[in-house]
Amino acid sequence: MSDKQLIVEGLSIEFAGQSVVRNLSFTLAPGKTLALVGESGSGKSVTARSLIGLAGAGARVTARTLSYGGQDLLSLSERGWRGLRGKGIGFVLQDALVSLDPLRPVGKEILEVLQTHDWGDRRSRPERVIELLEKVGVPEPRLRARQRPDQLSGGLRQRALIASALALSPGLLIADEPTTALDATVQAQILQVLQEIKARGDSLLIISHDLAVVAQLADEVLVLRHGEVVEQGPMDQVLRHPRHPYTRALLDAVPAEHARGTRLSPERNTVAAPPRPGADSPVVLKATQLGKRYVGPDQQSRQVVDDVSFELRAGRTLGIVGESGSGKTTVARIVLGLLEPDAGQVQFLDQPWSGAGDERVQEKHRRLYRRDISVIYQDPLSSFDPRWSVGQILADALDVAGIAPDQQPARIAQLLDQVRLPKELAVRRPLQLSGGQRQRVAIARAIASNPKVIICDEPVSALDVSVQAQVLDLLADLQATLGLAYLFISHDLGVIRHVSDDVLVMRHGKVVESATVETLFENPQHEYTRRLLGAVPRLPSAETTLVVPPLEAEDAAWLFDESRLWKIAI
Amino acid sequence: MSELLLDTPLSGIRVQRTPRKWRLGPLLAVSFLGFLIIAAVLPQLFAHSDPLAIVPHDAFHPPGWAHWFGTDQSGRDIFSRVIYGTRQSLFIGLAATALAMSIAIVLGLLGGLGGAYLDRGVGWLLEILFAFPSLILALLFVAVFGSGIGPLIVATGLGGAPGYARMVRGQVLAVRNAGYIESAKALGHPPLRIIIRQLLPNAMRPLIVTLTMGVGQAIVWASALSFLGLGARPPAPEWGTMLSMGRDFIANAWWLTFFPGLFIVLTTLSTTVAGRYLQQRLEGRLA
Repeated sequence: MSDKQLIVEGLSIEFAGQSVVRNLSFTLAPGKTLALVGESGSGKSVTARSLIGLAGAGARVTARTLSYGGQDLLSLSERGWRGLRGKGIGFVLQDALVSLDPLRPVGKEILEVLQTHDWGDRRSRPERVIELLEKVGVPEPRLRARQRPDQLSGGLRQRALIASALALSPGLLIADEPTTALDATVQAQILQVLQEIKARGDSLLIISHDLAVVAQLADEVLVLRHGEVVEQGPMDQVLRHPRHPYTRALLDAVPAEHARGTRLSPERNTVAAPPRPGADSPVVLKATQLGKRYVGPDQQSRQVVDDVSFELRAGRTLGIVGESGSGKTTVARIVLGLLEPDAGQVQFLDQPWSGAGDERVQEKHRRLYRRDISVIYQDPLSSFDPRWSVGQILADALDVAGIAPDQQPARIAQLLDQVRLPKELAVRRPLQLSGGQRQRVAIARAIASNPKVIICDEPVSALDVSVQAQVLDLLADLQATLGLAYLFISHDLGVIRHVSDDVLVMRHGKVVESATVETLFENPQHEYTRRLLGAVPRLPSAETTLVVPPLEAEDAAWLFDESRLWKIAI
Repeated sequence: MSELLLDTPLSGIRVQRTPRKWRLGPLLAVSFLGFLIIAAVLPQLFAHSDPLAIVPHDAFHPPGWAHWFGTDQSGRDIFSRVIYGTRQSLFIGLAATALAMSIAIVLGLLGGLGGAYLDRGVGWLLEILFAFPSLILALLFVAVFGSGIGPLIVATGLGGAPGYARMVRGQVLAVRNAGYIESAKALGHPPLRIIIRQLLPNAMRPLIVTLTMGVGQAIVWASALSFLGLGARPPAPEWGTMLSMGRDFIANAWWLTFFPGLFIVLTTLSTTVAGRYLQQRLEGRLA
């Protein structure tokens, strides 16, 4: 239980004369939860860091008042800050893998926090570590405490990090995007842990770009944009009656809340949507009983894809949803002909495309049809040659499509226009573009050869909500105008629901359920599907509460194994 | 409203275009290299006397106004000889490095792309080459094929090749699995085009710096071989040969060895400093 109050008045932060946060004020009462919401670059993370004196080198932090429990934070020395961090204020970063020492077991990591702050004695500390791990819902805490971060799954790692932040029972916990990198069910579990912390009466400061996530927890919300507060108030009020158009737009951008065909972003709608091709349109891509095994360094082989079959029809979208390690990306690579399956075959445009054994197809043969199928990755940056400008990247794709060099500039301009990027961007390098712009370039490259099918592998997972909304809208427009068929892979059920006609749910390499999007979401048959659906954070207006599935022992074992598998796949 | 959520360009990443600031070291290094290149192409711009002209009564002049670097035992102007020697030294350095890199690219690509057996074979070959000190290897080569500029270049190039080959192989292995290589495959480019247009340029990019420094290294090696009498023939103005000839008079006429030696040191130093500067700039841009 905390009796300390965090008071921030007129907080401004500058880097080298450039203002990143301007005149921010809020009060966090004991036992309350405040959410800082904004997109990347809005200044939310640096605000949180300035509260523990880690705004960064060269940062100039000024405020009228910045105090915690009556103590003035602005006048603290480095020594004073160190005393406050951990003890008074706990901090949880987004990426537990980089925040935890990779060479030390997580138990030791937590133990060290206790040691540094002289908590207890030699005998009581290890007990405290186990107690903390239990508190954040780590199953088999004694075993886990001896494992290193890379041996734990993302969810367990995040819990361990929260445990180390809670070690000294700080009255205030700051969590910076605590669930952003996690799968839906794991995210739900972490949210539950945070909810329990809140229920114990500690204060929470949550930072997120996702309104649906913070809606589960926060009492009060602060919406930041370009370093300024655009809206501030009780959670309920902001969600139900957003006053600022930006907040409204953020709410609109949540794909789970909007049926397919509706716009997520306020961008102009240039296309009158033609009727969608029905379930009887011709099959363009057909996979039959695909299978793939990997042998790990421990000589144990693992069936990563097991008996996966599907049909993708022209102009339609087939969504594949599953958590990390479910084999969905392996399916994508097989379908792209970049990975040979061990079993089954793929037919593309009624031609044999890829297969195992006698069905094997030569890459030389595949190359003739490659222009009809293309791909969009989660991380577009790594899929671009770092030496090339946007124009060169597109020209390279046009070479494949057989466009003569003298006609390429016109086509490049046309492509950029199709993905709604200004022509001037052609001379830029991808490194100089924002995440959304990069993904648009990737989409332009994908449509350059007029393909019939595009494989979208988590295309919006790395993007802010509003940028995600624009990219999803763009993909929908292109599908309508160009008659594209999408194989859309995502871990995000909200996105899958928004884009798909048919959905395949994958788990541990197998298809657990396959249905039309309406059937799947209205009437899920498989227990796992229901659990996945329950884990999706929704805005409270949707009148659904978060159902948190317990972490089963079987699942915990799988998650543990999966981290090893991940290394094998790489 | 409509501009509201438009992708704000460069919101997250601010591209800061700081004006190019030259620190003194790199500036001097690059200027000196520039001077060497001009001297190699047009030595008569700087040196007005014939580097081979023998003037017996001018022998052993110490450095002074008439002869900046003094004269040697035959009265030849050392400044002229050093300047005219630039062409040879620079040519040997560049040619040897180019040769070393060509061998390295072939071996590196074979090792990096040729599959497990070929990779192991290349690995063995490199280990054998590594087992010989490079200079001994070069000596062996010159001993078998005779002295002169041609063998000197080949010998120096061979000596440097294994080191580069290992770097190329490592780079090829790293770049081979890059996302953009897979993208190129997915686009339907044939393998040869991917190797030439994407794999090789990207694999070689970090090696540009090593190459710059390698030129300086090659000049030192070539000079060493010449010093041992295995390179350019004596009257020819070549830095290593000049060092070797001046050795007999080092007690009385230090300038015979000092100035060619100084130029070898300055050249190597300049390539290293310039290489490091290039490295910082390139990496700064990549980060």
